[in-house]
Amino acid sequence: MSVLCLVELDARAPADASLRALTLARSLGDASVRAVVFTDAADLDGAALADYGASDVYVIEPSAVASAGGLGGVVPPGQHCYAPQAWARALAGLAEETGATAVLAAGTDRGNEVLAHLGAITGLPMAANCTVLIPGVTPDGGQRHRLVRHRWAGLLLEEAVMEAPVALFTVATDSVSPVAAESPAPIQVHVHKPELAEDDLRVRAAESPASAGGASLATARVVVGGGRGVGGPDGFAPLEELAGLLGGVVGVSRVVTSEGWRPHKQQVGQTGTKITPELYLACGISGAIQHIAGCAGAKHIIAINTDPGAPILAHADYAVIGDLHQVIPALVSALRAR
Amino acid sequence: MDILVCVKRVPTVGGKIAVTPDGQDVDTRASGFSISPHEECAVEEAVQITERLGGSVSVLTLGPEAAIDQLRDALALGAHRAVLLETDGREFGPIATAGAIAAEVRAHPYDLVLLGNEAADTGDYQVGIRLAHQLGWPVATGIKNLSVSSDGVVARREYRGVEEAYSLPLPAVVTVKEGINLPRYPSLPGRLRAKRAAVERSAPAWAAEGLRKETLRVPPSSKHQAAVLGHGVDAVPELVRVLDELGVLS
Repeated sequence: MSVLCLVELDARAPADASLRALTLARSLGDASVRAVVFTDAADLDGAALADYGASDVYVIEPSAVASAGGLGGVVPPGQHCYAPQAWARALAGLAEETGATAVLAAGTDRGNEVLAHLGAITGLPMAANCTVLIPGVTPDGGQRHRLVRHRWAGLLLEEAVMEAPVALFTVATDSVSPVAAESPAPIQVHVHKPELAEDDLRVRAAESPASAGGASLATARVVVGGGRGVGGPDGFAPLEELAGLLGGVVGVSRVVTSEGWRPHKQQVGQTGTKITPELYLACGISGAIQHIAGCAGAKHIIAINTDPGAPILAHADYAVIGDLHQVIPALVSALRAR
Repeated sequence: MDILVCVKRVPTVGGKIAVTPDGQDVDTRASGFSISPHEECAVEEAVQITERLGGSVSVLTLGPEAAIDQLRDALALGAHRAVLLETDGREFGPIATAGAIAAEVRAHPYDLVLLGNEAADTGDYQVGIRLAHQLGWPVATGIKNLSVSSDGVVARREYRGVEEAYSLPLPAVVTVKEGINLPRYPSLPGRLRAKRAAVERSAPAWAAEGLRKETLRVPPSSKHQAAVLGHGVDAVPELVRVLDELGVLS
């Protein structure tokens, strides 16, 4: 019995979302969690995976993906040869080879995509964005997991049962905290060459050079949010300035992107980005439920709002009742004076 | 270019969400229904593509008879043809949903099938991919920018701040996200045309799947009403103190 967990990378280190997936993988109580990483073996940080309880890591090098697909193994430097169906095929092979009873991934764009391909390849069901997994058996000895998963981007929880010989789960990364293993053991590294069909590489990502675009909304430590109360496309400069002072980025509510005041990539919400910062400072945001779905993973929320009855206050730790157009410039001055 | 857009009827939730007493559904007594947001953008994208390249937009939904309202919403935005895969009220799982859509696609020569990246309600993140595998077509998901020509599509999205581009030959399946466009408001002639349009209907078979819903519930809230630090600019010193306490001032 073993569990496979796809681990995505943030530069060379395991992505925070994947540490959360490894944490939930350990809760299945199996003897071993085997990590699967698509990277050059020379770049692997095995210790970071061992810290989160992985006993083994299967490294699949980009050149192995490219060559298996008849592409001659040529991969531009720094690229990961992301081809979702090929990654899924590799996971399917490893699951069979290791006798895995479950395969997990983070509930990220890639994690959900690769596991959905794995489900389609194998005909197995897949449960997206799980928060709790409890293994068990059916009366005739088959595998049965009880689980809790997100619906409505976490605004509702679904209690469900999965009966499948190999269970496929992605992990709700804004609801499961990353917890290191109590007694990490040395990790076994295996360089794995997957068997792929040319067809598996039919759809693969061509990556543009890394943008110099600063911190990403999804991983920012501080997010300064602006909503309808900002008033228009010209009102965001003080929020940008404050975000800069706090080492954070600006996020916005859905009304702001629907009005075209800011680009959609800055949207925090069910249909935008889900954030998990230390602090979310929500300015002029009433707190529609679809926005709450995006910011509920924040450790702390402070609201600045003229309306003491705004729904956001029921989700915030602290609030300032007032006009953001006065409060934010005053806050910026106070921080600059420190 | 003949495009099929798959949309889902979902409750419109504004300020709060509640569950029916039997724990099986969202309580919709106080809410309306609409097309799931990503899919509304998929309809708009399809209409824009056919405005440029010619062709037709068919819109499909799998749902109860009442989901005809959402088909008419899509027709009002510019779709030309509507297909209802009628259910008896039971929730179809993602495998059965993909199978029912695949049967419709096999019966018509579509060049492109567009779906939302995930439905707002169930959030299964897999119908488009399972559909593509059943058809043997290429698929790209989570797309925020789409260029279509008669040869194929280039579909773009962002991953960790880096743009990824996927080139797909046609026919293909693409799932899109809100932000790919700003959907138009329906015109009055569009609404009138939608009201009169015929809806093709069939009733696919429901089948049990390995993942089975038991109950839905609202998560326990860990938060209480916010502690008010003060009013207006007078609250700034206290606000700075709290920011310092939270460790976000370097």
